[in-house]
Amino acid sequence: MSRLHIDWTACEGRGACAELLPELLYRDEWGYPLSREREPQIPAPLEGHARRAVRDCPRLALRLVDS
Amino acid sequence: MTTLVDSRERLFTAGPDLGSHLRRHGPLPWQGGPHRLIAAVEAAGLTGRGGAGFPTWRKLNAVAAGEKPVVIANGAEGEPASAKDRTLLHRAPHLVLDGLQLAAECVGATRAYVYVPAGPAADAVRHALAQRRAARVDRIGVDVVVAADRFVAGEASAVVSAVEGRAPVPRDKVRRIAESGVRGRPTLVQNVETLAHLALIARHGPAWFRSRGTAEEPGTFLATVSGAVAAPGVYELSYGVPVDEALARAGGPTVPLQALLLGGYHGAWLPAQAGAAPLSRAGLRPWGASPGAGILVALPADRCGLVESARIATYLGAQTAGQCGPCVNGLPRLADTLHRLAQGPVHPGLPAEVARLSALVDGRGACKHPDGTVRFIRSSMAAFAPEIGIHLAGNCSYRRGSR
Amino acid sequence: MSAAWYLARGTGVVSLLLLTIVVALGIATRSGRPAFGLPRFAVTAVHRNASLMSVLFLAIHIGTLLIDPYAHLKVVDVVLPFVGSYRPLWQGLGTLALDLIVALVVTSLLRHRLELRGWRAVHWLAYAAWPVALLHALGTGTDAGQLWLRGTAVVCTAAVLAAIGWRLSGSFPRLSTVDGRR
Repeated sequence: MSRLHIDWTACEGRGACAELLPELLYRDEWGYPLSREREPQIPAPLEGHARRAVRDCPRLALRLVDS
Repeated sequence: MTTLVDSRERLFTAGPDLGSHLRRHGPLPWQGGPHRLIAAVEAAGLTGRGGAGFPTWRKLNAVAAGEKPVVIANGAEGEPASAKDRTLLHRAPHLVLDGLQLAAECVGATRAYVYVPAGPAADAVRHALAQRRAARVDRIGVDVVVAADRFVAGEASAVVSAVEGRAPVPRDKVRRIAESGVRGRPTLVQNVETLAHLALIARHGPAWFRSRGTAEEPGTFLATVSGAVAAPGVYELSYGVPVDEALARAGGPTVPLQALLLGGYHGAWLPAQAGAAPLSRAGLRPWGASPGAGILVALPADRCGLVESARIATYLGAQTAGQCGPCVNGLPRLADTLHRLAQGPVHPGLPAEVARLSALVDGRGACKHPDGTVRFIRSSMAAFAPEIGIHLAGNCSYRRGSR
Repeated sequence: MSAAWYLARGTGVVSLLLLTIVVALGIATRSGRPAFGLPRFAVTAVHRNASLMSVLFLAIHIGTLLIDPYAHLKVVDVVLPFVGSYRPLWQGLGTLALDLIVALVVTSLLRHRLELRGWRAVHWLAYAAWPVALLHALGTGTDAGQLWLRGTAVVCTAAVLAAIGWRLSGSFPRLSTVDGRR
């Protein structure tokens, strides 16, 4: 299973990822992605959405890593 | 700052010049090839003295496995409550530089760096390197890279960035630094004190190193004792000695103490009554504390712990690298909230707000700065809990006049 | 006039319209802001799909011109600007626009291999690609004087100017972050 890794030095809280993965990501009061675990596991049905979130991040701040 | 020189010393037994160092410690004990020192380091049980306490032999192993590695002696010491690294570099630079050469030989590096802030320590290092060059002591070339005087400048990936000539700020951890660091090469970033111990282990062996300290945490470490003590300074101690002994070495408390900050600004508070607790990871774990990079700050009983904590939190909030949103936004907010708790105006929701912001910021950054700050703040809230209640009622046990 | 000629003109204009949408959207929603009630990912999708469609129509536009004997377009003219035999300046602008658009699209498709800075540096060329394409449309085609083409050019220009105006206006949403980096 993959995990979603956030590059915090690149992230600017644009919020595109939270739109595509609302099951896993919220936005905190400053707009930055917030998840229950530090590098959220991506369940199989959300793999496609996660890949799209990675692709669409305007800051290229997301990566899928193998856990 | 004063230091005592006695038979308990290992690191400060020679003067800073090369002649004195060679007379006291003997020549650099080259091992004859890469990898050879690792077994001795593992047997000695040497762990990193920069605060994280990572087993040194594992780091050496990981970097030695790579191609064209780089070694960096990290003397950045961004922590304001710590003075051991610059003291060590000023008083025993040759031990550190010996350790750097040995580490470089061990991992097969052809390039080495000393990362140190501008000032007497950097001057001492440059002077020592010049002496070594004249005497042809070193086999691997060493460059000095000046460290910024910032709290996060000593973070390992910030060190790598600085050596690359970029801004000294932490980077996103794509791969471990031991695999890919300076310009993609495997990089060993080692605290200067760790390298000094390495230089002695190579000369005297693992059994000698283990003759001090505990079985699980062997050897000695440099402690910076400050605050309400008679002789604040840097002292060499064995792991496992009681906290009280560290205070005694520093001349003892000048006034009754309230608490001790252990491990620095990212550390935790120990109540003053816990003076018998051993200075080791195992000994302090029940107290939720750790020796960290050997930092002890004595808080007198007549000072408000919340005010002191808020001061430190404000400092930490101003020392972010400015890269990561939750940290940049959250730490100053946390500091403000703590400040209000300490100095007013108070309202009953403040402790809950501190807890909420702490949970929001913890773990959400490229480095451990938000994590360490949250750890410190949580410890402060627990250590000074009775005082919080008093503050919320509009009073302070330590204020002389009325509000 | 041959069918190829009509096809070439038509696809050229459609390509320009799509390019205008892409550029206006890019300006107005810089770095992934929502727009027109669409969520961010939808705006990104429109931006990407419109640019790819624009390239598709552009390909047909060039293809039909290559096979149309009246267009006098040679393969070298497709890559090298200003060396053509028919209205070299205006047609050359088309080639220039194509070169810029290819750079934009290729770097965007490979965005994750490039660093953000490298991609962004090339993406600035969009500000050059669009006016070059517009000038090409106005100068090259035999419809240059036609009302409908001029009208199209006016609409396209208005859209881009409106987007720029929105960007520079006070109501353009700033980010809520505290730091002033980048």
